[in-house]
Amino acid sequence: MNRYRILLPVVSLAVLLGLTFWMQPRAMSYFGVNLLFNLAVPIALATVAQMFIIMVNDIDLSIGAFVSLAACVTATWLNDAPLIGLLAMAALILAYAGMGAVIHALELPAIVVTLGMSFVWGGLALFLLPTPGGAAPEWLRAIMKVKPPLVPMAVVAALLIAGVTHLLVIRAGLGTVLRGVGGNPRALTRAGWNVMQLKALAYAGAGLFGVLAGMALVGLTTAADANIALRYTLLSIAGVILGGGEFTGGKVSPVGAVIGALTLTLAASFLSFMRLSPDWQIGAQGAILILVLTARLIFARRGETT
Amino acid sequence: MKNHFTGAAVLALIAGAVAADTADKRIALSNNYAGNSWRQAMLSTFQETADQAVADGIVAAADAYTTSENQPTEQAAQIQNMILQGYDAIVLNAASPTALNGAVKEACDAGLVVVSFDGIVTEPCAWRIAVDFAAMGKEEIDYLATRLPDGGNLLEIRGLAGVFVDDEISKGIHAGVAEHDKFDIVGSVHGDWAQDVAQKAVAGILPSLPEVVGVATQGGDGYGVAQAFAAAGRDTPLIVLGNRQDELKWWAEQRDANGYETLSLSIAPGVASLAFWVSQQILDGKEVPKDLTVPFLKITQADLDATLASTPEGSVANTVYTLEDAQAVIEAAE
Repeated sequence: MNRYRILLPVVSLAVLLGLTFWMQPRAMSYFGVNLLFNLAVPIALATVAQMFIIMVNDIDLSIGAFVSLAACVTATWLNDAPLIGLLAMAALILAYAGMGAVIHALELPAIVVTLGMSFVWGGLALFLLPTPGGAAPEWLRAIMKVKPPLVPMAVVAALLIAGVTHLLVIRAGLGTVLRGVGGNPRALTRAGWNVMQLKALAYAGAGLFGVLAGMALVGLTTAADANIALRYTLLSIAGVILGGGEFTGGKVSPVGAVIGALTLTLAASFLSFMRLSPDWQIGAQGAILILVLTARLIFARRGETT
Repeated sequence: MKNHFTGAAVLALIAGAVAADTADKRIALSNNYAGNSWRQAMLSTFQETADQAVADGIVAAADAYTTSENQPTEQAAQIQNMILQGYDAIVLNAASPTALNGAVKEACDAGLVVVSFDGIVTEPCAWRIAVDFAAMGKEEIDYLATRLPDGGNLLEIRGLAGVFVDDEISKGIHAGVAEHDKFDIVGSVHGDWAQDVAQKAVAGILPSLPEVVGVATQGGDGYGVAQAFAAAGRDTPLIVLGNRQDELKWWAEQRDANGYETLSLSIAPGVASLAFWVSQQILDGKEVPKDLTVPFLKITQADLDATLASTPEGSVANTVYTLEDAQAVIEAAE
């Protein structure tokens, strides 16, 4: 079962990539692959952020607005006064940790709290950048435009994100305990862990990756907009699930989440190459998602019976 | 054999120079939203112009793409896809003036021509076909001044609060009033560019107003204003309209009933065809300044019947720009 869990996202990505190359051979190059996937890098980071929340059995409806806010901070403060910018980023991550602690302490439904917070993040972003603008710090621009030998930046970044989060969440001891919060929080309490602290830590992780997503996005776009990443909320949830994660039980896969984000990005490009009418595109994206989930369910059933 | 071949190539080159140097070029329209009558008219005008240009052999292909959701990240991906699809130029109505800059720069670096219009982008490598909304507001007051030399009280209808277009038009209207000091703006309400909102807002403020001789609108709100005045039993003031079909129809009815005379002006959705021709001119090697200004579409008493007849119900008066129009706009900017 565990092997299927990661096999399926890999196969879906490979099939989609093959179809895209067949339809648009120009994409099969260093330059082409980078263009196809560079906007997937911030989505992958946001998906990992969402994964940290889903890992502890919650769901985050504010990540899109949060990434937008981080993007606005990057394009304004981090560019004009790096120190204040860094402090603001740290404050944002702390705010996320606080949100996790409050959700746990008051036993509030995360879906409601995060939905409410999405308006707070959105308001702050508008306050910071009432009209679209700002500028990406030069060093950030340089990182996102770097041209490593042989493999394009987008692929290197995806590998890096997947590798680091795999180590953090799957290999490290603390990661295992965090997944335990989603699996069986009562057992953790009995073993002497402070679940509120753990949950705050998981949310801080989400905040950190949310901030990184905003920075990566501004590095690519060169300027920000208070609504720049609103789509990321749904994309990130879909990415986690597509990548083999589940809403309950702390069952998540960081590598799968990154692959899920790449697959969703590629699906949109693929549909555009097919010249599908925009009215059908959202439906078709949903159909791809359902197709993969159906395949997973079939594999899962078979895994149970054998 | 080789000579023969070169001869044919030279012939083809000469023929190409006569028709257009852009016969093998491909142009794409990147659009972020299709959910209102203005955008629908814009898309159909682009398609019409593009299909004709392809049929005439001026360009090899011209395709329109609309993102499935009105989001800058979606449109950035769409632009990057267009680079991969090998287009030579992108005509762009942008979801954000800044958030697409990265993708636009990628396109420029890959050798594509990017012409933004209506929703323009700030990236310096792109061309911008902008609308001088302030001039539009000022023109309304200039017109009122010619019709009402004695001046009087004006009512200003504004658009959607917080949107750049609303600020610009209003600035123009106030600049106009500052110049023609016989006018006095006695009231200002937000009509949100919608007839029903404008009607409610005007009905609310009317009882507190003295006699109003003229109304400056932003388009999409004129008919609602007229209804509010009629419902309050007041004389219909001189309302400057905004090219919507319902406004034009009301104007024609009033004219037939009591000789009502006014002016209507707004931006034609056909500006997409202007952007198409500008990109074709750039591909053709013409020197084109980076910042161009779109003319407004003005409807006077004389063109009313013709315009009303050619405007579909519920739509906006439109005009299709030709290659010559584009050349005139380019010349005006030089």
